[in-house]
Amino acid sequence: MITATPTQHEPKNYINSDYGIKSWLLTQDHKRIAILYLIVVTAFFFLGGLFAVLIRIELATPAGDLVDSNVYNKLFTMHGIIMVFFFLIPSIPAILGNFLIPLMIGAKDLAFPKINLLSWYIYVAGGVFTLYALMRGGVDTGWTFYTPFSTSYSNSYVIATGLGIFINGFSAILTGLNFIVTIHRMRAPGMTWFRLPLFVWAHYATSMIQVLGTPVIAVTLLLLILERGLHIGIFDPALGGDPVLYQHLFWFYSHPAVYIMILPAMGVVSEIISCFCKKAPFGYSFIAFSSIAIAVFGFLVWGHHLFVSSQSVYAGMVFSMLSYLVAIPSAIKVFNWTSTMYKASVEMSTPMLYAIGFIGLFTIGGLTGLFVAALGIDVHVTDTYFVVAHFHYIMVGGAIMGFLGGIHFWWPKITGRMYADTWSKLSAIIIFVGFNLTFFPQFILGYLGMPRRYHVYPPEFQVFNVLSSAGASILGFGYLLPFCYLLYSLKFGPKAPANPWGAVGLEWQTSSPPISENFEVTPVVTQDAYQYSTREEVKVG
Amino acid sequence: MDSKSITFFPEQASSIAGTVDNLYLFLVLISAFFSLLIAGLIIYFAVKYRRRSDADMPVPAHGGLLLEITWSVIPLGISMVIFAWGASIFFTESRPPADSMEIWVTGKQWMWKVQHMEGQREINELHIPVGRNIKLTLTSEDVIHDFYVPEFRTKADVVPGRYTTEWFRPTKTGKYHIFCAEYCGTKHSGMVGAVYVMQPADYAMWLTNGGAQGSMSQRGEALFQQLGCVTCHQADGHGRCPTLVGLFGKPVEIQHGQVVNADASYIRESILYPQAKIVAGYEPIMPTFQGQVTEEGVQQLVEYVKSIGPKDTTGAGAPTPSPLTTGSQPGTAQQRATNPTAITVPGKR
Repeated sequence: MITATPTQHEPKNYINSDYGIKSWLLTQDHKRIAILYLIVVTAFFFLGGLFAVLIRIELATPAGDLVDSNVYNKLFTMHGIIMVFFFLIPSIPAILGNFLIPLMIGAKDLAFPKINLLSWYIYVAGGVFTLYALMRGGVDTGWTFYTPFSTSYSNSYVIATGLGIFINGFSAILTGLNFIVTIHRMRAPGMTWFRLPLFVWAHYATSMIQVLGTPVIAVTLLLLILERGLHIGIFDPALGGDPVLYQHLFWFYSHPAVYIMILPAMGVVSEIISCFCKKAPFGYSFIAFSSIAIAVFGFLVWGHHLFVSSQSVYAGMVFSMLSYLVAIPSAIKVFNWTSTMYKASVEMSTPMLYAIGFIGLFTIGGLTGLFVAALGIDVHVTDTYFVVAHFHYIMVGGAIMGFLGGIHFWWPKITGRMYADTWSKLSAIIIFVGFNLTFFPQFILGYLGMPRRYHVYPPEFQVFNVLSSAGASILGFGYLLPFCYLLYSLKFGPKAPANPWGAVGLEWQTSSPPISENFEVTPVVTQDAYQYSTREEVKVG
Repeated sequence: MDSKSITFFPEQASSIAGTVDNLYLFLVLISAFFSLLIAGLIIYFAVKYRRRSDADMPVPAHGGLLLEITWSVIPLGISMVIFAWGASIFFTESRPPADSMEIWVTGKQWMWKVQHMEGQREINELHIPVGRNIKLTLTSEDVIHDFYVPEFRTKADVVPGRYTTEWFRPTKTGKYHIFCAEYCGTKHSGMVGAVYVMQPADYAMWLTNGGAQGSMSQRGEALFQQLGCVTCHQADGHGRCPTLVGLFGKPVEIQHGQVVNADASYIRESILYPQAKIVAGYEPIMPTFQGQVTEEGVQQLVEYVKSIGPKDTTGAGAPTPSPLTTGSQPGTAQQRATNPTAITVPGKR
């Protein structure tokens, strides 16, 4: 391995190597492209968050008093579409994965730098289409676009939005392809598969889903657009189609898409826990292969979204059982992370707080997955707030905690600056508390029977809705804090050393921020990942 | 429902509500155990093994295969128990008992339309007797809806173009929510109603007060005449089309040697999409009745076909006219008597 030798004054790095807007918009440097993604993804996050705020204000009272039903329906639809397709799916892979995979495997860049830039432009183009639809009046089908409502009944901008997501899908496919080729072909000498950081394994699994799954949603949306535009009769029974067929196609992608969101976060958590325990993750190969197992099994469980759809009883039973099988690799990960802390040297840094928060929230999200996978319970709770709470525990509690943990962990590497420690720890705690207050009451609401996507609801549900809205205000405030102190750190934060956390990954062996070529000399890897010094080694040495 | 106290469960108002809640409680216990275990371990390790100085070093742990197998197999075992438990409840939920009282429900943006066998119709309300097995046959006129009664712990999607079923046995009288649980457009949250579970005597009283104009099968029979179905589908089987007498619930041989069951879905499809399945030996001459007959009309036609079907159609759909209904509908006997002639007259060849 190599250590970068920083020169005395203003060392060149990927940020100051070139100036001007053109140098950013035409860059082929994976690190700069990651920054481009970071900016747009963050903008979408706050836009999607704004919709969530409006939804929670509306639901503070049973009556529909803030907006009318049409607007409310558009709010939750746009919240879902923006958060799923334009925030969660690209967040960790396109920002942290893009930035870190070449660094972690000792490569100069991704395998296809131009395609990497292209995928950012495709992402922006898809986003612009969707924002256009939003500004023209939005779409009110729910992010799921269920037929025949979406094809024959909705009076909103379904085609424009569908095209936006269709276009955006190519960005995910290209990014996934780029990662797979990079991980196969660009590893530094000595970087064998089982020396790869778990973050890379997680992204490898994610990329497989992106490449194999995204074309299905693309085709599905295309069929939906054709049916809406030309009435070709695939999904609408009035035209001879089958509306449940749409649900099968949609969830064939959209269930694995959940793993596109959560697997990279799991990769981040593995890195953070190892670093702040100063030891190798317990059960490296089990964590690595559980990512692959999740990616594979994830393709076999889509039918658990259709238990009450009129799908056959026997199909329901098969999908229920397979859903339990996909729970096992997730359980393995949680047990291994926890065991890593045993006899470790634990430092409660900000990233570690996020990682532990992730484990807690993901555990609840995963365990409530056992509820919704149980046929007899799902019939009662599906399409209620129970499901809303469940998937927010996975996607917000899991994926966003992972994303924020990763941003805090690699911020010094990405920007070369340290952020305010107290503020960041405080915000991690505020987010954790606000999150639980927002979403835990929704489990109760759901079991009580409050259906999701209800603009107006019976007054007996108000207590838990008020709790949820109160939690959302704390959560929203919690999300604004990192935005402020991280921006502040860019200008006023202390300069970060190459390896502020004492981590052992290759990305920490180069300067902060890294030079454009990542490493002065291509590193040669001679040992496994996570080789922290331990007590035994001290004895031996 | 209107109590001020905070509850965590809806009322248990159906025969399966208790079993669903038991599994739910079992899962809550399992989840609480594992959540507290993980949280407890993390907090304990984080405190006990906190870094005390920069020179502090961890003790390496070498992954234990036995440990990995243990924490894979135990969750697998537990989850298979949950699976089997959940599936057995689902099996019960999916199979309406043979003695169920049948009610037809049609969803449309944004209301529920209900037809009782005896002819009563209601909108956004469902009156049923306590203690009886109730089977709803559901369909939609437009988009997908979902008929959900939290107090019964059951729901089913209401899909245009097909019949779905949902059954429950209410165990408690009272008024309960009907929610549309599948997002269906602007006034989705307004597509709500109430189930009134009544004492059987009260229900019988309610039936008589409905002012219904004939039972569903009688209306179906009237439609059968009015739409001209009778000209081809003659009772003696000599018409240009197969006879419908004794048809319901029986296997029918269609083209290419396939056999289908003559259930409600088949009858519906044959009325609206007559070219979909042609009975073996007949010409595809039947015109479609799309646009000429409403979903509710189709349901009445199905009930009519059922009423001239074999007498013992598993007892389920047979419109066993209670004394109440016959009493309130004079003319039933007369119509029944005149039917055969009405059918046979035009079509003898």
